[in-house]
Amino acid sequence: MKVLWLQSGGCGGCTQSLLCSEPRSLFDELRDAGIEFVWHPALSQASGGEALAVLEACASGELAFDVLCVEGAMLRGPNGSGRFHLMAGNGRPLTEWVTRLAGQAKWVFAIGSCTAYGGFSANTPGNPLEACGLQYDEQTPGGLLGAGFRSAGGLPVVNIAGCPTHPGWIVESLQKLALEGMADSDLDELGRPLFYAGELVHHGCPRNEYYEFKASAEKQSDLGCLMENLGCKGTQAHADCNLRAWNGSGSCLRGGFACIACTEPGFESPGHAFQETPKVAGIPIGLPSDMPKAWFVALAALSKSATPKRVRDNAVVDHLVFRPAIKKKGGGK
Amino acid sequence: MSRIVVGPFNRVEGDLEVSLELEAGRIQAAYVNSPLFRGFEQILVGRAPLDALAIVPRICGICSVAQSAAAATALADAMGVTPTPNGLLARHLIQATENMADHLTHFYLFFMPDFARPDYVDRPWHPATAERFTAIKGSAAAEVLPARASFLRLMGFLAGRWPHTLAIQPGGSTRAITAGERIRLLALLREFRSFLERRLFGDALERIGQLASKADLLAWADGRAGDFPAFLKIAGDLGLERIGCADDRFLSHGAYGLFPAGTWQQGKTEAFAAARITEDTERAWLLADQPRHPAAGETIVAADKADAYTWCKAPRYAGQTHEVGALARQVVAGNPLLLDLVQRDGGSVMARVVARLQELALLIPAMEGWVQALQPGESFCAQGVMPDEGSGVGLVEAARGSLGHWLTIRRGRIERYQIIAPTTWNFSPRDATNQEGPLEKALLGLAAGDGAPPTIQHVVRSFDPCMVCTVH
Ligand code: SF4
Ligand code: SF4
Repeated sequence: MKVLWLQSGGCGGCTQSLLCSEPRSLFDELRDAGIEFVWHPALSQASGGEALAVLEACASGELAFDVLCVEGAMLRGPNGSGRFHLMAGNGRPLTEWVTRLAGQAKWVFAIGSCTAYGGFSANTPGNPLEACGLQYDEQTPGGLLGAGFRSAGGLPVVNIAGCPTHPGWIVESLQKLALEGMADSDLDELGRPLFYAGELVHHGCPRNEYYEFKASAEKQSDLGCLMENLGCKGTQAHADCNLRAWNGSGSCLRGGFACIACTEPGFESPGHAFQETPKVAGIPIGLPSDMPKAWFVALAALSKSATPKRVRDNAVVDHLVFRPAIKKKGGGK
Repeated sequence: MSRIVVGPFNRVEGDLEVSLELEAGRIQAAYVNSPLFRGFEQILVGRAPLDALAIVPRICGICSVAQSAAAATALADAMGVTPTPNGLLARHLIQATENMADHLTHFYLFFMPDFARPDYVDRPWHPATAERFTAIKGSAAAEVLPARASFLRLMGFLAGRWPHTLAIQPGGSTRAITAGERIRLLALLREFRSFLERRLFGDALERIGQLASKADLLAWADGRAGDFPAFLKIAGDLGLERIGCADDRFLSHGAYGLFPAGTWQQGKTEAFAAARITEDTERAWLLADQPRHPAAGETIVAADKADAYTWCKAPRYAGQTHEVGALARQVVAGNPLLLDLVQRDGGSVMARVVARLQELALLIPAMEGWVQALQPGESFCAQGVMPDEGSGVGLVEAARGSLGHWLTIRRGRIERYQIIAPTTWNFSPRDATNQEGPLEKALLGLAAGDGAPPTIQHVVRSFDPCMVCTVH
């Protein structure tokens, strides 16, 4: 399976993240699944004219390839000209290259939230960059390729959202396609592969016990649940971050900071400061989406009253001060 | 006189194009263009100050931690908060992990593959180099990616994830390391040390750190197995010790409390004064004005400006161009090996590569020391109060050089945010006085065009450019 990769208005972080793929060497793993890069801007040998020749052959249909991976937002400005990002050495807008190449690709993957929905570039007040995603303009279907776009392989743009995206999400999507193919039923309503977007970040969070008892962190670096005070969106963000480790054993929550829901469209402008939880009458407004509010409030009050001292005290410091008690052996001599 | 345009330069971070004026096949003038504009400074205006910690890492996926450290430093400056000792050590570790991974990635994946090109097929070192360094397929890539991924597991512990962590805070870090994790961190560092000693250097890191002159370096490398000695052999054959020199004026913001801030030119080191920095927008597609200090800087698009040729501004220190990066950091710090290389032959392609690799050898032992100094059970994060009005400066060193953030807060919101990234210094265009940027200077006189060897590629990549930072 041949993969052509382009970068536009992004930070290159999804490629850097991809290179962290574990446990096997990325290139070996891809090779063994029969996946090869026709060209990748950060990794390929071919440069300058040679690289442009490959791109032109792909865009004109002369050189067949399977997957177009695009990383970074589509910059349509200024005034629809696409001049905020021209292809180096060629002077044509990247938006034009992407449109041509998407017409030839069997499948189109948006790598990262910038490409899926527009990212921070689309969040500058007034969006002077005229930035958008491949098939979404933030939450709204549309984007560069249009809401109705389907690639030759019959799928909409596959949105491997995340800022950056996890290496496993890319590698598994490519391998799934290469080994088994992909169908609409493999994607959620936003085009994200279900194998990672079918979970919530909250699942498997090491702070789940604190969440149960609403034992909340009060300040940065505390061990408690980050939902009540520090802006955690883990109960609403679709991703398996706490089930699938980042960099060996990490995740945002394991790193001590809140999930900002980087796999969701519009995460860049939550309408409040990232590391604060907006509340009404002391109750966070961003409650878990599939739970009635009254129940949440009642349960929270109940569990707060039942919080063990260990959990309550550990929640507001950055290292464990209370160990779980060891049950005394009864009746022995 | 003929004119050619070279690009895309892949295997750099982001987009780069160079226009060259040639006379008899030699470069008479070079114009460096970053054909991408992103405008992060505007995104920050009007946001809550601490939002910068979530926004600025997204400027760059290769040095997101450096960006977040610069923001955290600027915010700490505005808040008047000092990180706890543990927090400071954790930040040094997080920054050094990113910077060292970056040096490694640059050498193996971005820089060396050019020597595997068929242009060099008649050189005696070519067969071995092609086997080891050909992009994607070479034996080095297969070994380096797992070594890099393993090393970046330090980030899993210290920063939750990489890139784009929120762990770095004005008061330190959100992630307290436990006694058990401290042992894991040491084990990871030892694993990485072993890879470097076995494959990159073919010798102990401490020995590389002690190399103190060009003669010493070449004698050490002679006949030694290892990727660094292999590079030195190629560099000698291609004369890379004299190629790609700019003005040999160097600048560093200082790093990790190990390498001091300062500037260097013509054998003289001077103290660094941030007040002497200005940015000129004469030849960028940005509204031109008098060169301004970044604390008062503006970034306003003027896409149709005649005579402009890039989205990159032209930073100057005391009105002069300065080169930044590992070489600059080491020269300013008085590193004997790099000073000798620069004073003998100039700040060349070879000197830049040697500086990065020697930095790896100097930093890994320092990181082992920082891990040992962590005190599990003591606080990792000091708390402070964000003022409603104030300003702050964050000056740090990314792998590829000096990074500065200047921030003003008014009525509790970010009023102004200006950034100078390392590649903005190195790949700056001409300014109002027509002074060429460092890369534009470093390319002069080189052979280019049809049939020329890929020397320009080596020169461009020796700076380890990051265009996405440049055009933030
Ligand atoms: S910190 Fe966030 S993800 Fe973790 S338990 Fe609390 S709400 Fe869930
Ligand atoms: S935990 Fe949230 S912010 Fe962090 S990577 Fe996962 S989805 Fe993104």
